[in-house]
Amino acid sequence: MTTIRPIKTEKRSRVSQRADSIAPSGIRKFFDLLASMDGVISLGVGEPDYATPWRMREAAIYSLEQGRTMYTSNLGTPELRQELSRHLEQRYGLKYDPATEILITIGVSEALDLAMRATIDPGDQVIMPAPCYVAYPASVSLSAGEPVMIPTVEASNFEIDAADIEAAITPRTRAILSGYPANPTGAVMPREKLEAVAEVARRHDLLVMSDEIYSRLVYGIEHTCFAALPGMQERTVLLGGFSKAYAMTGWRIGYAAGPREIIAAMTKIHQYTIMCAPTMAQVAALEALRGGEESVLEMVADYNRRRKLIVKGLRDIGFSCFEPKGAFYAFPNITISGMSSEIFAEKLLQEEKVAVVPGTAFGACGEGFVRCCYATSLPELEEALVRIRRFVNKHRT
Amino acid sequence: MFNKEILKILERDGKLTPGQIAAMTGSTADEVGKAIKQAEDERAIVKYKALINWDKVGNEHVWALIEVKITPQRDVGFDAIAERIYRFDEARTVYLMSGTYDLAVLVEGKSMQEVAEFVTRKLAPVEGVTGTTTHFVLKRYKEDGEIMAGKEEVKRQAVIL
Repeated sequence: MTTIRPIKTEKRSRVSQRADSIAPSGIRKFFDLLASMDGVISLGVGEPDYATPWRMREAAIYSLEQGRTMYTSNLGTPELRQELSRHLEQRYGLKYDPATEILITIGVSEALDLAMRATIDPGDQVIMPAPCYVAYPASVSLSAGEPVMIPTVEASNFEIDAADIEAAITPRTRAILSGYPANPTGAVMPREKLEAVAEVARRHDLLVMSDEIYSRLVYGIEHTCFAALPGMQERTVLLGGFSKAYAMTGWRIGYAAGPREIIAAMTKIHQYTIMCAPTMAQVAALEALRGGEESVLEMVADYNRRRKLIVKGLRDIGFSCFEPKGAFYAFPNITISGMSSEIFAEKLLQEEKVAVVPGTAFGACGEGFVRCCYATSLPELEEALVRIRRFVNKHRT
Repeated sequence: MFNKEILKILERDGKLTPGQIAAMTGSTADEVGKAIKQAEDERAIVKYKALINWDKVGNEHVWALIEVKITPQRDVGFDAIAERIYRFDEARTVYLMSGTYDLAVLVEGKSMQEVAEFVTRKLAPVEGVTGTTTHFVLKRYKEDGEIMAGKEEVKRQAVIL
C-alpha cells in the first residue's frame, strides 16, 4: 500500500509581501479617537489653513467653461512645464528642458513614488535623515528597496551630518532622500552642510532625491536647492509641488525635474498608472506660477508670525523647542512631561482636546517630541497653548 | 521710522495686545508698546475701530456715494472746498478723484430723505460745487478688504500626516 502524503494547505495571504511590509501607522487608535470628538483644536494637519487664492480657482473655473476637460500630454501641459522651467531658472539658476526634464505629477507624493520606482532595484538602499515624512521610508519599501534612517538630533537643529551619511554607505547604497525644509521638524539645512552632503553623493556616485515641497516656506533665510549645488543637477531629482506655498493641497499638483533618463523612466510608469495630472488643476498651477507670488509672500509673513508665537509659547510652558526655520511645524521636546510621545498626544487629546502628532509617527528617533502644525488661526493657536500649559502643569511631576 | 510689521498686524486685528504682537514678531512687549505709541502720536495709526456689518444688526441707516464736481480755486486747488465738505458730520469719507468728477463723498443718513436734504441744503450750495450725482448703496458685499457675508470656511480633516 502506498501512503498518501497530505497536501500542504498553508494559505497564502491575499496581500502582497511588499504591501504587507509597510508598517501600519502606529497612531491608528489616536486617529479614531480624534474622529469621534468635537471641539478639538487640531495642530495635527499638515496643510495651509487658507483656501486656494481666488485667482487660481478662477483660472480653473474658466478653463472648465472653455471645455478644457481632456487629457493633457503625459508629461503635463507644455505651458506649465515651460513656466516651471522659467521659475526654476529664475529662482535657482537651474536650466531644465521643459520637453524632456520636467514631469507634472499628482502632488509631490506621486513624484516621490515615481522617482523611487524609476531608480531603485530590489535590495538597493536609500539613506534618509530621520525623523522624516511618513512616506519616505514607505516609498522605498514599496520599490523593494531598503530605507536606511540616519537619526538627527535636536542639539544639531535636526540637520544631517555628511559624516553620518558617509558612515552609512554600503555597496548597496543607491540614493540619498532628503527633505528640507523638513516635515516634521521644520529644520532647514545651512548651505555649507548641504554642500558637504552633496560632496559625499558625488564621491560615491549616489543619486539624490530632494523633496523641496516646503522650499518657499522659509523664514529669514534663503532656501538652498540641492540640485543647484555644484555638480548636483545631473544626479538630483528635484521634487516639488504647489500644495504648501500656494495653499493648493486638494488640487494634487506636483512635479519632478531631473536628468532626462530618469524623467523618461518616471514618465513611463506615470503613463501606465496615472496617465496625466488633472487638466484643470494644471491650469490653476500655471496661474499660481504666473500671478500667485504676492499671496505666497503674504502667507509666509503670516506663518512667520504664528511660528514666533508658538515657539515662544511652547518655550514659556517649559518645553525645549529648537527654532524651526522652515515649513509650518514646531517640534517641541516634551520629555519634561514624563510621558512617551504617543501617550502625551493621546492624553492631551482626551483631556484638553488638542491634537498634535506624536514624533514617533516620523520614525523611532522622534520619541520625546510631538509635531505641532501652526497653520491655524491665531485665536486657536493661543487657546491650544493655554490648554497645553494646563495639561503640562497638571502632569508635572 | 515706523515698524511696518506691527502696523500690518494691527491693521488686520486692532484688538491684539502688545504682548501678543511681541510674540508674533519676536520683539518685547515694551518695544511693541513704544512702536504703537509713536505711530499713534504721529497719526500713522489714525483710529481703532470695528468693521460692523450693519445689515446684520438691522440698522436702517442709508449710505450714499455722491459724485461732486467742483471748480478748483487759485492757490489751494481742490483742498479748501474739500475741507468745507469733509467738515460736515454726514460726510464719512471724502476722496479727491481723477476722471469725470472731482470728489467722492460717502454719506450716512437715517433715511434717503435725510441724505437728499444734506445734498440739497448743505453740499450742493457750497461755493465752487458745480454739480452732484447721488448713488444710494443698496448692499455692501465687501468693505475694507473684508467680505461682509463672512469668511470662507475652510474644511479640513483633523489629521493628515
